Amino acid sequence: MPLGPDTTSKWERRLPCVYWAIGVRSFRRFSTYRIATASGAFTNTVFGFILCGIYLTLWHERPGLGGYDVADALTFVWLQQGLLMPIGIFGATTTVELGERVRSGEIAVDLYRPTHLLLWWLSVDLGRAMFQLAVRGGAPLLVGSLVFDLKFPSNPITWLAVAVGLVLGILVSFTIRYLVALSGFWITDTRGMEQLALVLSCFFSGTILPLVVFPGWIGEFARATPWAATLQVPVDIWLGRSPDGIGSALLFQLGWLLVLLLAGQLTTSVATRKVVIQGG
Amino acid sequence: MVERLRRAPAQYWMLVLMWIRSSLAYPASFVLMLASSMLITVMDFVAIVLMFSHIESFGGFTLGEMALLYATASMTLGVADLFTGAIERVGERIRTGTLDVYLIRPVPTFLQTAADGFALRRIGRPLQAGVVLAFALSNLQLEWTPAKVVMLVLSVITGSIIFAAIFVLGAAFQFLAIDSAELANSFTYGGQTLTQYPLSVFGKEIVRAVTFVIPLAFVNYYPVLYVLGKPAPLGLPSWIGLLSPLVAGAMVALASLAWRGGLRRYRSTGS
Repeated sequence: MPLGPDTTSKWERRLPCVYWAIGVRSFRRFSTYRIATASGAFTNTVFGFILCGIYLTLWHERPGLGGYDVADALTFVWLQQGLLMPIGIFGATTTVELGERVRSGEIAVDLYRPTHLLLWWLSVDLGRAMFQLAVRGGAPLLVGSLVFDLKFPSNPITWLAVAVGLVLGILVSFTIRYLVALSGFWITDTRGMEQLALVLSCFFSGTILPLVVFPGWIGEFARATPWAATLQVPVDIWLGRSPDGIGSALLFQLGWLLVLLLAGQLTTSVATRKVVIQGG
Repeated sequence: MVERLRRAPAQYWMLVLMWIRSSLAYPASFVLMLASSMLITVMDFVAIVLMFSHIESFGGFTLGEMALLYATASMTLGVADLFTGAIERVGERIRTGTLDVYLIRPVPTFLQTAADGFALRRIGRPLQAGVVLAFALSNLQLEWTPAKVVMLVLSVITGSIIFAAIFVLGAAFQFLAIDSAELANSFTYGGQTLTQYPLSVFGKEIVRAVTFVIPLAFVNYYPVLYVLGKPAPLGLPSWIGLLSPLVAGAMVALASLAWRGGLRRYRSTGS
């Protein structure tokens, strides 16, 4: 059906609503996996206790390691366990699906829509992230704070900065996962790339060990990567341990986000020009 | 019963061979996945090495001794994951009702689900654990006795069996709660993370729990304590690690009961 000039402009004006609607539906979709969500939160909590045992020993042997005190280290553990899924440190269902759609050719349907590919999937991913943040983000922290003496931000400015830092972290993580998924336009099987991305993400985000503990040049390199912007930086804002203050921490995240968004936009336009859909 | 058990290894091998052949169809992809699987699993050890850039000993263990704990934990989980890890996919089959297919084939359902999508790339974890084990053994100046050798070899076998039993228990639980696959991760991957460290650092309650409730301490901790000549905690005798075959036997019996119970409960989707 040909769209008249009038209808097109009407569409464009309504686009923000469309993305909002996609996000809301994605949120609802993830809210149907109840048992999976509960067992995931349980596993996060078990890992939280194991890591606390490890970090208590580590910080007992070296008090003040990496500028963290014991309360910082324990709070790091429970924040991290709550944020792994929302941020998508191990990858997320949504972007894995995107990769599969590129592989199978179903991506053609997405390209046919009068929406922007990157923004469409960004909305889907944000819906997922917000659900997992709301339901899974706080559960381990709650359990942890019942057992251990944890740190919480004391003033509204810090809370606001934490919220902004978290959203930026999720966005940075999304753009990386989006680029990995789109790599399927060039290499047909993205599973190898996804595995490689998983290694980099776990190592440089502070998931296997807080980045403040990384010694020497490895530490400096790790703290400058975009993965640091996904987990370590928001957690440091929460703890009030951002090395150069909250402002530069947020700027660091924003800088990486802009670079990655630009790369994402560029990749999208190159990929869509390259794509050949098999008729049938 | 005896006849079924006698035929099981050949049947399992046949299924596994089929999956291996399919994964080797794309050799380049297979090599890449194997390499990244090794990279992912070695990261836990990298974390330990990074910790030791700041400390001399962790809960009374040197880096070499930690490497021995890490290698045995990673090796046993890796072997169990290779042979039975795929069983966690049973939840997907229960939800979609495709488990029906396995029930009508002339091979035990357990073997088919355990071999479901057998991923040879999972050999990456035991392989890297082997490398760390070699590092640990060359780093530690141990006085070997026949008893220590027996203990170490035995613990790798029985530890793998204990982890395998936990994988099966987790899968059996999915007959009760579909979609609960991640729950088992607490005890499998969580158990591996726990047993990479000297259990005494987690406190007496945890040591009791992993000795008497979920016997993860028998996977590698007690055997490694014996090999290193360190005393066992809670006033337990130093040879307690030798009980690991009994523990493994009990776990297998439990897992087998749970699996049968789960399978009896299975009602297809009706589609």
